[in-house]
Amino acid sequence: MAEYASDALVSVRNMEVTFGTKRKPFVAVHKVSFDIYKGETFGLVGESGSGKTTIGRAIIRINPLSDGEVYFNGERISGKISKELDRDVTKNIQMIFQDPMASLNERAKVDYIVSEGLMNVRKDLSKEEREKKVEAALLDVGLLPEFASRFPHEFSGGQRQRIGIARSLIMEPKFIIADEPISALDVSIRAQVLNLMSKLQKEHGLTYLFIAHDLSVMRFICDRIAVIHKGVIVELAETEMLFAHPLHPYTRALLSAIPLPDPKSERHKKLLVYDPSCHDYSVDKPVWTEIEPGHFIMGNQKELDGYRARLAKN
Amino acid sequence: MEEILKNQNPAVDYSHPILTVQDLVVKFNLRSQVLTALRGINMELYKGESLAIVGESGSGKSVFCKTFMGLLDNNGWIDKGAIHYGGYDLTSFKKEKEWIKIRGKRIAMVFQDPMTSLNPLKTIGKQIQEAFTLHNKVSKEDAKKRTLELLADVGIEDAERRYKQYPHEFSGGMRQRVVIAIAMACVPEILICDEPTTALDVTIQAQILDLLKKLQEKYGLTVIYITHDLGVVANVADRIAVMYAGDIVEIGTCDEVFYDPKHPYTWALLSSLPQLGVKGEDLYSIQGTPPNLFQHIQGDAFSARNPQALKVDFVARPPYFEVTPTHKARTWLLDPRAPKIEPPPQIKNITNISRGGDLD
Repeated sequence: MAEYASDALVSVRNMEVTFGTKRKPFVAVHKVSFDIYKGETFGLVGESGSGKTTIGRAIIRINPLSDGEVYFNGERISGKISKELDRDVTKNIQMIFQDPMASLNERAKVDYIVSEGLMNVRKDLSKEEREKKVEAALLDVGLLPEFASRFPHEFSGGQRQRIGIARSLIMEPKFIIADEPISALDVSIRAQVLNLMSKLQKEHGLTYLFIAHDLSVMRFICDRIAVIHKGVIVELAETEMLFAHPLHPYTRALLSAIPLPDPKSERHKKLLVYDPSCHDYSVDKPVWTEIEPGHFIMGNQKELDGYRARLAKN
Repeated sequence: MEEILKNQNPAVDYSHPILTVQDLVVKFNLRSQVLTALRGINMELYKGESLAIVGESGSGKSVFCKTFMGLLDNNGWIDKGAIHYGGYDLTSFKKEKEWIKIRGKRIAMVFQDPMTSLNPLKTIGKQIQEAFTLHNKVSKEDAKKRTLELLADVGIEDAERRYKQYPHEFSGGMRQRVVIAIAMACVPEILICDEPTTALDVTIQAQILDLLKKLQEKYGLTVIYITHDLGVVANVADRIAVMYAGDIVEIGTCDEVFYDPKHPYTWALLSSLPQLGVKGEDLYSIQGTPPNLFQHIQGDAFSARNPQALKVDFVARPPYFEVTPTHKARTWLLDPRAPKIEPPPQIKNITNISRGGDLD
C-alpha cells in the first residue's frame, strides 16, 4: 500500500483527472499530492479553470480519477470500492456549494432539502427522529425550526447559504468541502457565514477544505493554503508563512492583486502579472521541494536557488 | 470645496455638476403593495470624476442608477424629484424615443455578469457594432472599422479574428472586456458600472479595473461604480456614497470615508471586512436585516441594527450634517448635542494591513 501520513484525515496522492475523449484528452489536474490534517482548514486557491473545484469533486467521488489515489482515514476511497465504504464516504464527506440561489431545489421545502441525505443513508431513522435531526441542524446554523415548512425563495442569500450548511451538517460529517461558499454573498453576510463556519468547526471538530479565489478571505480562515495554477499545485505553506514569504511568481501575482480597503496603499499598488513562460523547464525539470519546514514549492534547481536566496534575505 | 477636491483628482471639474439628482423618490408596485425603493436622494455628479456607490443588496444602488437610463422595471415609477442632465429633466421622459437620445449614447452601462449579458447566438463583433449603428448612420465598413478600434481599446488582441467569434469562445475576463466595448461604442459621457468585477477572479478583477481607469483617462469619462466590495472601491473611486435602505447615508472623498467615517453603518461595513479580522476571533457582523421598505421608516433606518443607537434615532430622521465641505453624513451622532461615541477600534487599523511579504 502507498504511503500516507498517519495523522492526515484526507491524503491525496498523485491525483490526475482527465476530461474529454480518449483521442482528445484534457488533463485538468496533474499529479497533485497533499494531506489535510484532522481539525484544520485547508485552503485551495487559484483562478477559474485552475482545477481547484475539480480536485474537490474528485475527493468526494463525483469526478473519477485517471491516476493516483485518495485516502480518507487511511482507507482508499478512489476507484472501485465496496458499497458500504461508498455509503460511509457519502456520510462522512459533505459539500457546501457556491451559489445558494442555484444550489437549493426551488420546489422542495427546507425540511426535505435538509433531510434528503438522511433518507438515503440513514434508512433506519423514523420520521420523528428525522424531524428532530432537521430541527437540530437548523438551530445549529442559526435558523428557526419553523422555517422547515417554508420554500427556499422565502429566504435571503445569507439564510439560503445557512440552509446549504445545515444540509451538509445533518449527515454528521467529519470533512466538509466548501466550494467558494461566500463568493456569491454580500460583504456583510460573508462575515456571518465565515463566523458560522468557524463556530461549527469548534463545536463538531470538523475539517474543512476551503476552495476560493480570494486570498484575503483565506488568510482569515485557513490554517494552510495550497496555490494551484493550471492543475498543478505550485506552492503550499502555512497561511502566515505564505503571506510572509511568497516565493512562486504566481503566488506573488495573486497576492499583489488582493484589494485592500486602504486608498493610500491602493494608489501605490503594483500589479504583478504572472507569465508562465518565465519558467524554463526544457532541460531542468521542476520538482516539488520543501524549501523551509512546512513550506513546499514547485521549481527547478535554478529557481530553487533563487527562492532560497530570497528567503535568506528576509 | 473645490480646493479640497482638486487634490483628489486634478482632472475633475468640481465647479459644475453634469448630473444633479434632487429629492428622488422611486416606488414599486409589488403584489399590490407599494415598496419605496429610494427615499428622497440628493446627489451631484461632476465631470471626469469616479463616484462609487456602496451598499448591501437591496439598498437601492442599482435602482438608483437605472433611473438615469430609464431602465426601471414596468412596475416601478418615479414618484417625486428631478434628475437634471444635459438640459433635460430625465424624470419627465415618457417615450422610448426620448430615452434613445440619452441611453447608450450619452449614458451607458456595464452590467455585472458577462456570462449572461451577452447574446450567445451572435458574434461579438456584431454585438458591438449593433450598439454603434443604432446611434450613428454609418456604412458597414466604417462600423466594422470602429468595432475593431474598440476591441483594441479594451485590450483584446488579434481583433480581426476575435471579431468573428462567439461569446463562448471568450474567457470571463475577456467577455467583460467585450461588454465594456459595447458600453463604450458611442463614447458616452457617463459610464455606469454595475458590479463590474464581482463575477471575476481577483487577478482579472484588478486588470478590468485598470482598463476602466485607462479608458476614463483617455476619453474623459465620468464613471459611477456600483459595488458592495469596499476593497474594490479604494482603488478606483474619487468619492464614495454609502447607501442604506434607499438613501445615501454618507458621502465624501475616498480618504474621508475610509479614514474618518462618521455613520455607524459605514463603521459596520468597514469592520466586517475579512481583511480586518483577527484569526481565531469572530469577524464583526451586522446583526438583523435591512428594514422592510413596504412600511414607512421611522427615524434613522439603521437604528434597529445599531447596538449604540440613540433614542432620537428611533424618532426622527437625521438631516445631513456637514463634516467638511465635501463630506456629509446623515446621523444624529454629528449633532452637537449628541454624546461622544467612538468608531470601533478595528477600523483604525485600516492603514496597517498589508498584502504580506516583500511585495509592497
